[in-house]
Amino acid sequence: MSNDVTSQRLVALFCLGWLLLNFPLLGLWDVRATVMGLPLFPVALFLLWAVLIAVLAWLMERRTHGPQDD
Amino acid sequence: MLSPALVIGASFGYLLLLFAVASYGDWRAAQGRSIIANPWTYALSWAVYCTAWTYFGSVGRAASGGVRFLPIYLGPTLAMVLGWLVLRKIIRIAKTYRITSIADFIGSRYGKSPLLAGLVTLIAVVGIVPYIALQLKAVSAGYSLLTASFLAELPTQAHWTQDSTFYMALALAGFTMVFGARHLDSGERHEGMVAAVAFESVVKLIAFLAVGLFVVYGLFNGLADLFSRVQAVPELARLLQLEQPGGFSWMQWFALTLLSMLSVIFLPRQFQVMVVENVRESHLRRAVWVFPLYLLAINLFVLPIALGGLLYFGVGQMNADNFVLSLPLAAGQPALALFAFIGGVSAATGMVIVETIAVSTMVCNEMVMPLLLRTAYFRPGAGRDVTTLLLGIRRAAILGVMVLGYVYFHLAGDAYALVSIGLISFAAVAQFAPAVLGGIYWKGGTRLGALAGLLAGFLMWTYTLMLPSIAKSGWLGVEFLNRGLGGWDLLRPEQFLGLHGMDNLTHSLFWSLLVNTGAYVGLSLWRPPSGRESSQALLFVDVLKSTNASSPVFWRGSANVADLLRLCERFLGVEKATALFQEYALQAGVRQIEAIRPDARLVQFVETQLAGAVGSASARVLVASSVEEDALTPDDVLRILDEASQLRVYSRELEEKSESLQQATADLRKANEQLKSLDKLKDDFMSSVTHELRTPLTSIRALAELLRDDPKLELTQRCKFFEIIVSETERLSRLVNQVLDMAKIESGHVEWHVAPVDMCALVRQAVVATTPMFHEQQIAVELNLPTQAPAVMADNDHLMQVMLNLLSNAAKFVPAVGGRVGVSLYCDDRSLVVAIQDNGPGVAVAQQSLIFERFRQGGDASNRPQGTGLGLPISRQIVEHFGGRLWLESGPLGGARFLFSLPLIEHAGFAEA
Repeated sequence: MSNDVTSQRLVALFCLGWLLLNFPLLGLWDVRATVMGLPLFPVALFLLWAVLIAVLAWLMERRTHGPQDD
Repeated sequence: MLSPALVIGASFGYLLLLFAVASYGDWRAAQGRSIIANPWTYALSWAVYCTAWTYFGSVGRAASGGVRFLPIYLGPTLAMVLGWLVLRKIIRIAKTYRITSIADFIGSRYGKSPLLAGLVTLIAVVGIVPYIALQLKAVSAGYSLLTASFLAELPTQAHWTQDSTFYMALALAGFTMVFGARHLDSGERHEGMVAAVAFESVVKLIAFLAVGLFVVYGLFNGLADLFSRVQAVPELARLLQLEQPGGFSWMQWFALTLLSMLSVIFLPRQFQVMVVENVRESHLRRAVWVFPLYLLAINLFVLPIALGGLLYFGVGQMNADNFVLSLPLAAGQPALALFAFIGGVSAATGMVIVETIAVSTMVCNEMVMPLLLRTAYFRPGAGRDVTTLLLGIRRAAILGVMVLGYVYFHLAGDAYALVSIGLISFAAVAQFAPAVLGGIYWKGGTRLGALAGLLAGFLMWTYTLMLPSIAKSGWLGVEFLNRGLGGWDLLRPEQFLGLHGMDNLTHSLFWSLLVNTGAYVGLSLWRPPSGRESSQALLFVDVLKSTNASSPVFWRGSANVADLLRLCERFLGVEKATALFQEYALQAGVRQIEAIRPDARLVQFVETQLAGAVGSASARVLVASSVEEDALTPDDVLRILDEASQLRVYSRELEEKSESLQQATADLRKANEQLKSLDKLKDDFMSSVTHELRTPLTSIRALAELLRDDPKLELTQRCKFFEIIVSETERLSRLVNQVLDMAKIESGHVEWHVAPVDMCALVRQAVVATTPMFHEQQIAVELNLPTQAPAVMADNDHLMQVMLNLLSNAAKFVPAVGGRVGVSLYCDDRSLVVAIQDNGPGVAVAQQSLIFERFRQGGDASNRPQGTGLGLPISRQIVEHFGGRLWLESGPLGGARFLFSLPLIEHAGFAEA
């Protein structure tokens, strides 16, 4: 069942997101450094966030929508 | 500074625009061309999550703690990852049972308990009304800032009759009444309101981004410039780090993420836009990622604005909460400041409108209705139409909530209790999590457990978070904060039982959720659920599994259609009730309303429709009062469930049977086709055979007649005729033999004498046997054999037949002059291959597969050599019998190259015949 697989992937993505955006993994970025003049930590935080959303979007939109959608 | 008239004019102009958008939304909905029935509008309406507290407050939090404000938005993002699983289930339940608020949801799940729904409403009102007040305060503060000279002291609060915020609250109440309480059936969505809220989400995003871009590129030279200046100031540079000396703890980060994750689903306004206003479940697919994207976009410039403000004004000079307004104002951009203010107004009003609708629905359905139902006015039999009254109650509730919010704002002012209410509200609604999440995934949760859990969590929240915030506002002695209630040190609200090392929010969240979940689980396990509770549990938990037709209806008793219709007419209006019953009749397959069977399904239908209007608990009371019903015991539930599952099993069996029938039909049809084509093949075969037999017979007969009729024929002529007759007879007998061979092979009656065969010897023997023929036609034969070849298991005579056949075939097709035939034999590790090659015209690609069919010969009919057309099919059958293969290739000599392979002894797997 493809739907079941999607559910499992979502749960896995949730666990991954929770890990990446919490102690201790998030703390790894909390160092004094800059990328292209921008402080590393806020940049990393927003990038992680954006990637999480992108993967979520990919998981949700990947399936071809049936005729009853939209 | 801006003139008050301008700011007020702009604000009310904006409100008028909202009215226009909402009216347009309603007008389009009435025409059946909804503007909100698409996933983008749906996702934008979710952004009502971003209130004035986000709009102004995030900057303030960022100015003091750097990115520490972000968990409030990361939590919802994580929640949305699971949105497709959790929200979809909640939406399905709410749609199926016409649930219109989170109080109704919880009450309905635990046996349609009015008490539980009332408790949830109470928590929501206590937790949310101050939050509404905060929105009004934000607008009011923004107004003061814009109209006052920004360096001067802000004016003290005006008397309420002169306070523009009061009139704004009234306008909002009017808006909400018009667009939020037009119909009675809350199951119908508020299209105009959602359109307006989605519009507001766009406005606030654009306004905030505009301010952000202005600060970064107008006041500074881009992000890199801004950050490099920040790095130069040590006390600002620390804001770029997470772990700062004193103040940050990962536990708080974790708690905030969890808290916002729960509140994004359980805040009444979120429940309203996500669940109640959902048009189609499939819209969820896009909304779950567009909404987090919106959150990311609106947060992009929070840190730059905060840092920019601190750099521009100097640390501690200005209230950072107002940077969004004060920066453009100070930089001489009043128009941008006004636009930013309108953005703030849209953030505040969006929240106030939706929250008011949600809370007033709860108050009306879960608090007022249960009380009213006890009065004589609502007794069954009193046949008055109460729809107008109900609408009046709904509107009064809206006004009441709004006024309550304003009064709180007016009283609390700048008090700590108001300023810190954002997260306190979140913590209040987080108390709904165990009852809701447990309710949709765990069948064992009971009313008692939910009641105790919610009450315990709410009391703990009040004691550890709400009361301290009130005390800090100076309305309550701070004595109990420091010394504990009644001097009990262990009962200190912010170090409960001596637990310390947490900030007060984390502390309160931990304790309240702990006692909440503990009481919920513990008491649910203590006593088994009643019949009604377990039936509702089944309906909620299994909602995604059951289809409408097979879902069980948990009701026993007797009813009559007229009573139920009258009940509906009273609460939904005559027109609507009749329409609903007609629709039901149509679905039930009867013509008239009177002909509807008053069974459990009808009762359930009526109850669900009423639930949309008055809440499921009240609907239950109403239905129970107008029908005669038997109390539902847990045994009944089991029995009904059994019947339903039996029905499901039957229908599934029926489905399976019809499927297998279809399969069998298809199989039979296929077999029939096969038989037909075989029959046709046989007919073809017969006609070919008779045709092949007739040709030689005709010539024999013709020649014999000539010989008989003309006795004076010359001897040489006579001899020639005899020769032809003999050769035609030979051809006849060869044909008959081959037909017999074919038939024997096909029917499996051939006697095979299988023994090891030396293929080298066999090939050589075959060539020797055909040498006279080749010699006669002057064909050169090239033999290319290894000295020795491994033996194969086969029948010597039949293989010889194959060889002779292939050799004579080759002889037939070589050119008359310079014909060449090559015979070769080689081995690989699995099989032995014999190739017979000629330099004839070869076989056209189109014919390559045909020549192995019976009576098909290569070449055109004109130049076709003599032959029966059975040689190759027979040869192929023989070779395949020994597990080999016979095929055709284009060879190096230009002609055809027939090859056959036979497995070597150790690989032979043929069947012994």
